[in-house]
Formats: sequence, structure tokens, C-alpha cells
Amino acid sequence: MAEIQNFTMNFGPQHPAAHGVLRLVLEMDGEVIQKADPHVGLLHRGTEKLAESKPYNQTIGYMDRLDYVSMMCNEHGYVLAIEKLLGIRPPPRAQYIRVMFDEITRILNHLLWLGTHGLDVGAMTMFLYCFREREDLMDMYEAVSGTRMHATYYRPGGVFRDLPENMPKYTASKWRSQKKVDRLNAIREGSLLDFIDAFCDKFPSCVDQYETLLTDNRIWKQRTVNIAVVSAERALNLGFTGPMLRGSGIAWDLRKKQPYEVYAQMDFDIPVGTNGDCYDRYLVRVEEMRQSNRIVKQCVDWLRKNPGPVMLDDHKIVAPARVEMKDDMESLIHHFKFFTEGYCVPEGEAYAAIEHPKGEFGVYIISDGANKPYRVKVRPPGFAHLAAMSEMVEGHMLADVVAVIGSQDIVFGEIDR
Amino acid sequence: MNSSHETLAARIDARFAGQLTRIDSACGELTYELGKNDLIAVATALRDDAEFGFEQLLDVCGVDYLTYGKDEWVTESATGSGFSRGVEPQPVILDESDSFDPRRFAAVYHLLSLQNNTRLRLRVFTGDSNPPIVPSLVEVWNSANWFEREAFDLYGILFDGHPDLRRILTDYGFIGHPFRKDFPLIGNVEVIYDAEKGRVVYQPVSIEPRTLVPRVIRDDNRYSADLKDRVNDG
Repeated sequence: MAEIQNFTMNFGPQHPAAHGVLRLVLEMDGEVIQKADPHVGLLHRGTEKLAESKPYNQTIGYMDRLDYVSMMCNEHGYVLAIEKLLGIRPPPRAQYIRVMFDEITRILNHLLWLGTHGLDVGAMTMFLYCFREREDLMDMYEAVSGTRMHATYYRPGGVFRDLPENMPKYTASKWRSQKKVDRLNAIREGSLLDFIDAFCDKFPSCVDQYETLLTDNRIWKQRTVNIAVVSAERALNLGFTGPMLRGSGIAWDLRKKQPYEVYAQMDFDIPVGTNGDCYDRYLVRVEEMRQSNRIVKQCVDWLRKNPGPVMLDDHKIVAPARVEMKDDMESLIHHFKFFTEGYCVPEGEAYAAIEHPKGEFGVYIISDGANKPYRVKVRPPGFAHLAAMSEMVEGHMLADVVAVIGSQDIVFGEIDR
Repeated sequence: MNSSHETLAARIDARFAGQLTRIDSACGELTYELGKNDLIAVATALRDDAEFGFEQLLDVCGVDYLTYGKDEWVTESATGSGFSRGVEPQPVILDESDSFDPRRFAAVYHLLSLQNNTRLRLRVFTGDSNPPIVPSLVEVWNSANWFEREAFDLYGILFDGHPDLRRILTDYGFIGHPFRKDFPLIGNVEVIYDAEKGRVVYQPVSIEPRTLVPRVIRDDNRYSADLKDRVNDG
């Protein structure tokens, strides 16, 4: 009789459920996993090394490309670290805009997570539903920054520009009839704030829709309940943050515990799980979308009532407006200096952490007083989560690996950097 | 925030007198330096003692202080030879000496205490040994595992006691430690398709490195504390 032994299986790096370029080497005993060894780094671009060779502001764009489904949150971490070193605070309106877009980004991220997680586990419809709402959120990004993804909107000292008074509109074409365009443009008639407001009113019912499809779904529960249980103690020791930590029952949220910007003024709750399995992490993230929606709504109300500057008026760190430049010598010099040399940041080191949709996203900057950072270290939340992959899938079936990857909310842009 | 920092600082000073040295910070963050021989004992105490309670190690960051404080462009005096902002690329000399400057490589640890809601940063210099080596903290906080692998991969810092110290971010078969300051930004090798051999091959890089914006350090006192106070008073 042939000798029976464990065999090793290669998963990815081009597997549709690997969320990018994850290569997993799985040691299997039949269909049960003994050990998983994730191989990462296939998307390593050396962002941190590149940052060392550029003036501070030129790296903001690279931050978008880290976690490419929650772009503005990455920028936020980086910009906060610079502001900490410079000792500046943006004007209140800019802080509200940042909080609003952080939460829009959180919904954006969680929608992609829910769609792909559902798709991986077999709920095809989720993907279509989630991407329907994501389209609206992308339009908000586009209205404010000109791009749908890589916004480069947050700058040290505020945000690049104020919220626009009108939304970009669809035009009729061979593929899109006038009737359809009129329907699409109906909610795009007012300002960006009107559009966001309308979205906030509609969104809770969308979440209800997702929940009717999944929360009590027998198949969904079979695939997620009691899969990859992580105890609170282990979650802490493994460096889990964000929804992964809250799913294990620890009510820790930087927005509440170490509030940055204007989160202290916001009224929202932190959802917490009890069992620490994939299903609890799903429930936590879905509830987070509802809470984010509440925060966005509060920001919209405040922003409507309080116009004001969105950037500091310090032309050593903020570029002057082009109009000023035309007839003001001082502004011309500032403009030239800003875009050639950049600004020097005082010597020191700072670590700024934000509650990123995936967990704690930290940026650690060491400055030696130059116009370029000496060292930038990004602390990606997903890196610590993926490191625990082997422990989480041990003893589960092969098909559960996919559920665990989905539940960890892995994006390789931030893990590989 | 500051008061809780000061209580923590007082507790640390009382408990680890002589082991930890406080580094001044302008950003209101607590930073301590310590010798690598004390690292594991201090880390274990920081995790287990209720007065500290640092349950989480959030980040391990390797740093190479080789060119710290060096600029590429003189700003004190103007040149007589024109306005060229170009900087001649400095030839990269690989530092392969037997012993490094003892303050060249460091590992920086970021700790978080959930029960006390405080953060702490520890910095350990690797000393003059080549290769640089520090004790591993995997046994204290399991989250150190991949972060230490990353620091090893990018800086070549060895972590004594790490169960599985392999490269993590760079390619299979990569040579060198890319984040060291003596490793060129454009790298050493590039990948091309060799039509004759009919496969992908490595060859030395063919790109010329350029510096578009020189690195400058200017005496900048706009953000110095005493000046700021004067502006606020006035």
C-alpha cells in the first residue's frame, strides 16, 4: 500500500480569491490545512525608499497607491505625521472635510470588502449591489479631487480645495440614452454636499438590502460562523487592530480613544463582536458602515453652516493661489520655492496613527531637518493580520482559506508597500 | 494627554533607572533608548506590569543613520559658477567593513497600551557588529514576527532568536538590503527579456540616476518654540 503523507499546495499568486497577489504555500493533510505560509512582496514598490528621495509633498500621491481601496485615509496618516512635525493644525473646516472623506472612504472600503468577500464565498449578487453604491462614492472623490481613486486631496495644512458648488454630470452617448442620463443626473443637480446628503439618506436602506441577502443566509453562516476564531488575548498579542480586534470583543477605536481632527465632536458607536469569528467580523464591518454614514451626515450639516478657509495661510508650507502669483512678487517666490525645493521640516520624529478602515494605519517619519524625509515607515494594518494567517486557518478546510482572506480584508498595496 | 505622558515617564524612570534614556521630543511623544542586552527584560516588564500594560507591539522599524543630517547642496554661500541646481550623483560605496558605526543601525519599536491609552517608542542601536544584530521580541509579542522579517530583509538587521528569519518583501533570490542608505535607489539589477536566450534575464542597471531636487537643510526657525510664543504674544 502506498505511503500516505502530507502534501504541499500552492495557492495563487494569480488566484481570483487571493485579493491581488498573495501566494500561499499550504501544507495539507487531505483537505485539512496543517500550516499556511504566505509569500508576500510581489507588489513591493519600495514606497518608503522612494519617499526618502522626494520633497514631502510629492509623496502624498504614493500614499494613495498603498491601500488602493481606501485612498484618502492613507493620505491622512501621512499628512498628520508631517503636521505633527511642523506643529500645525489645519483650519476647522478642513478638519471636518477630512473626517467626512475618511468616513466616505471607510464606506468605500467596506463596500469593496463586502462585495469581494461575498463573491469569494459564493454570493455573486453582493458584488453587483456593492459596486452600485461604490460608483456614487467614486463620484464624490471625482467631484472634489478630479480623480476617482488616487485623489492626492489632503495636504499638510488642510485640503487642496473647498467642496465644489456643482457636481460633474453625465452626458448622453451612443451607449447611454438621454432618458437614462436624466435619471442619473437628477441627484447631481445641486452641490456636492447635496449629493452626499442624498446618498446618506439612501444608504441605510442599501445596507438593509445587503443584510437581507447575507446576515441570516444559511449558506453564508455555514461558511463564516466559527471559522478562524481569534480570542481577544491572541488578537492583542498578534497586533490586530481595527475591525479584526473589535470582532474579537475589544472595544478599541482610535476615533474614540485618541481622537484626531474633529472626531471628538462626532456622535457614533463602536460595534463589537463576541466570538471573534469571520461572521462577527462581518457584522462589525456592516455596522461600521451604518455608523460612518451617521458621521458623514453630521459633517454635511456642519459644513453647510460653516464656510471658511480649508487651508492654512502659511505660504511656506502651502502653495499660493495662481491668481495671487500673477501680481504679487512674494507669492511668485513662494510658489517657485514651494514647487522646486519644497519646505524643510524641523528635526525630530513623529508617529501619527489613524483609524483606517482596516485597522491602525500609522506613519512614522524621521526628519533630520531637510526638505526630504530621512525615513518614512508605514505601519500597514493588513501586514499584522496576514502574519496571523497560518494560525487562523490551521485545522480548517481548504475552502475556508478563501473566507479567512476575505474576512481579513487584505489589500496588497499596503502590505507590500 | 501630556499629563498621562508624564506619569508614564515618571513610572518608567523609577522602574528602569539607568536602563532607559529618554529622548526629547517636540511632538509630545515618549521615546526611550536602551541597550540591546536589556531589551527582552524591559519589553517583558512593559507588557506584564500593570502600571505599563503595553499589550500591543504595533510596529518594528529598521533605520539606517548613515547619512543622517547630510545635505547635497550648500545653502550658506552662493556659487560663482551659475545657477545650476543639478547635483552630481554621489557614487555609492558599499560599506562592507567588519564593524559599523555603533549608532548606524537601529530598530525602533512602537508600543501601545490599551488599558492606559498610552504609546511608547523604544529605540535600540545594533552596536558595531557586522552583520548588525539585536534580540528578537517574537516571544514577547508575536506580532514582531513579520515586522522583524521586514527589517531583516530591508536593512540586514539580524534578530537573535527569531524562529523564521527569511526575506519577506523582496524578490526570491534578491541580493543586498535595499533600504540601506548605501544601496542605490535605482537598484543594481534590472530584468529584461533576452530574445536570443528566449527567456527573462537579469543584467546590471542601465539607467542613469538623476537628482531633480537636491536635499537641503536650511536653518529654519519659523517653528521653533520660543519664536512661536513671541508671535502669539505679540
